[in-house]
Amino acid sequence: MEQIIKFIQTYSLLRMLLAFCCLIGIIFANAIVMGYLERKIAARIQRRWGPMEVGLQGWLQMILDGVKILSKQLIVPKDANRFLFRLAPLLCFTPVAMVFVALPISRSLYGINLNIGLIYIIAMGSINVFSILIAGWSSNNKYSLFGAMRSVAQNIAYEVPILLSLLAVVLTTSTFDLQEIVKAQSGPIWFVLYPNLFVAFVIYLIAGCAETNRAPFDLPEAESELTAGYHTEYSGFAFGLFAIAEYGNLFIMASIATIMFLGGWNGPFGFLSGPVMGAIWFLSKVFILMLTMMWVRWTYPRVRFDQLMNLAWKYLIPFSLVNLLITALVVKII
Amino acid sequence: MATQTKFDTQDKHRFLLNMGPQHPATHGVLRVVLEMDGEYTMGIDPILGYGHRMQEKMGESKVWPGFYPNTGRMDYVGAMPFNHGYVALIERMAGVTVPERAEYIRVITSELNRISSHLLGIGAYVLDLGAFTPILYAFDDREDILDALEDITGSRLTYCYYRAGGVSKDIDDTFIRRTRAFIENFRTRIPMYNDLVTNNIIFIKRTKDVGIITADMARRYGATGPVLRGSGIAYDIRKSEPYSVYSQFDFDIPTGENGDSLDRYNVRIHEMEQSLRIIEQALDKLPDGPVYEKPKKVKLQPGDCSFSVETARGALTYYLVGDGSETPYKLKIRVPSFSNLSLLREMCEGMLIADLVSAMGSLDLVIPEIDR
Repeated sequence: MEQIIKFIQTYSLLRMLLAFCCLIGIIFANAIVMGYLERKIAARIQRRWGPMEVGLQGWLQMILDGVKILSKQLIVPKDANRFLFRLAPLLCFTPVAMVFVALPISRSLYGINLNIGLIYIIAMGSINVFSILIAGWSSNNKYSLFGAMRSVAQNIAYEVPILLSLLAVVLTTSTFDLQEIVKAQSGPIWFVLYPNLFVAFVIYLIAGCAETNRAPFDLPEAESELTAGYHTEYSGFAFGLFAIAEYGNLFIMASIATIMFLGGWNGPFGFLSGPVMGAIWFLSKVFILMLTMMWVRWTYPRVRFDQLMNLAWKYLIPFSLVNLLITALVVKII
Repeated sequence: MATQTKFDTQDKHRFLLNMGPQHPATHGVLRVVLEMDGEYTMGIDPILGYGHRMQEKMGESKVWPGFYPNTGRMDYVGAMPFNHGYVALIERMAGVTVPERAEYIRVITSELNRISSHLLGIGAYVLDLGAFTPILYAFDDREDILDALEDITGSRLTYCYYRAGGVSKDIDDTFIRRTRAFIENFRTRIPMYNDLVTNNIIFIKRTKDVGIITADMARRYGATGPVLRGSGIAYDIRKSEPYSVYSQFDFDIPTGENGDSLDRYNVRIHEMEQSLRIIEQALDKLPDGPVYEKPKKVKLQPGDCSFSVETARGALTYYLVGDGSETPYKLKIRVPSFSNLSLLREMCEGMLIADLVSAMGSLDLVIPEIDR
């Protein structure tokens, strides 16, 4: 046993592959848990029960839904580009799995530790846009195309404030290594408690909501306008992959916020930050963030597209630029 | 149905977009053909007829009491005033008297129905804007009304409760107690709607100055109801030509200022408050006595007659021509949503599609009423 562990530790490629397989499982599990929580929380906010029939409090509902989705036929619309139409869901799902590999869930629980981990995650996260564009364009449906167009514009606009707000943290720690960034917060003070980084945190959360197409920024799949946006034509497991990737992206978004601003796997005041407790701290922070986003989603109406763009270009980007400048000055002086 | 629209698609940058008949924002079977330039709607062409059931012809082919159930099936959201208009028309034509208690019951049930209709209207409107929660809160309140009305009328939506000469069943103490409890409860709920929806910054940004209908424009198209009142014209048939016992109650007609979607929404919220006032007064004054005096066999005299009532969506007019038999020779129904929908083209040309959804939702259309 020890030999196996040693073997795995020595060969990082094998470790990465193993992690990849485990993480795909985690992504699916995450989608099931999040889907269930989302439905339950939405129901509670709306004074309903939510799923109640299958299992205690309906906890098997998502698994049954998954089985149902698996058993459905993937219908490719007439005149759709068959190859691209089938490629898009895979292209949507794969980067999520690839990002999960690099997430430091605790001190020693991670797939691979890159010294440019942050850049890697951001780069992989951007591939998502391609898949949405391909999905929207190849389905040969005007509503899908609208959704895809909106999504691309939105993602490009909101990537900038995300990068700028994360850059503030990078300036403070002078490293792109996620483990190093977490370790820099092992003291009593997490980065979110610095005034300038708190601003960056808020900007990141808003932009992150938009980046993951969550309400109030869920324009690419605005139901009342575009029926279902870019995945209107998808059925069966192709649709399921989109849904899983959406929850995966949500998890990634919350994880980055946790790592960069909320101390990652550090407990409060560095309390109990071992490999196991660290993972628990990390996951609880991530889930609190995700539940907050669900709360927002089920409360607010949707913004209009020009308002969304104005928010990014007129407010978030200038604010994050100024904030970055202030951070640079602070780092230089101290 | 062939796609016949007024648009020429010579311009290669423009394309046609079919919104409906199965689209979440058209609430039913309205089909709107849009000529799009990017996300801007350059041309709008509503196409009707997907829910056509020949209601007028049905009215002309059976004896007049046989049309009672049909009246509740045109506007399935606010069916009581549709009942009311028809029975009042027959009463006017045949000179049937109605016991006073029945008139009060009509007012109470009509106003309850108006509240439930407005609740659904604003709930669905906010749903169009992307907020899923308020509609379920609205349904929660609406449920109280539907339960109360179900007890006395026997149906939850497509009521057939009024008769020429009264109402089919007297209200009981349970109904009165429930209605009073609802009024008390709903008074506390309106501030909650205001907190959750009306004062929400995103909601205001999505509705303010969107879909402006000027007073002149509303007059030209014959818009009525909250759409007209949102444009600042205080026209309400309950006040301007009071029918039933509406003249005995003290209530205001809320109006808007700019005629935008937000004003129409606010008018509906305030109208619900006024309806609560009317119900409260009616319950206090409710006289004793019979609720139904069955008229002797009514033959529709040769000649014509019309009757207008204020439904939740505006002015409804029944026009009937009799020929001495029991079957109407001609029945014409003027519904409010049809005129309100005709505003859509002028109101929305050159808008973003998101604004179109917002403006169309604020008209609170019920499609089977338009097609009827």
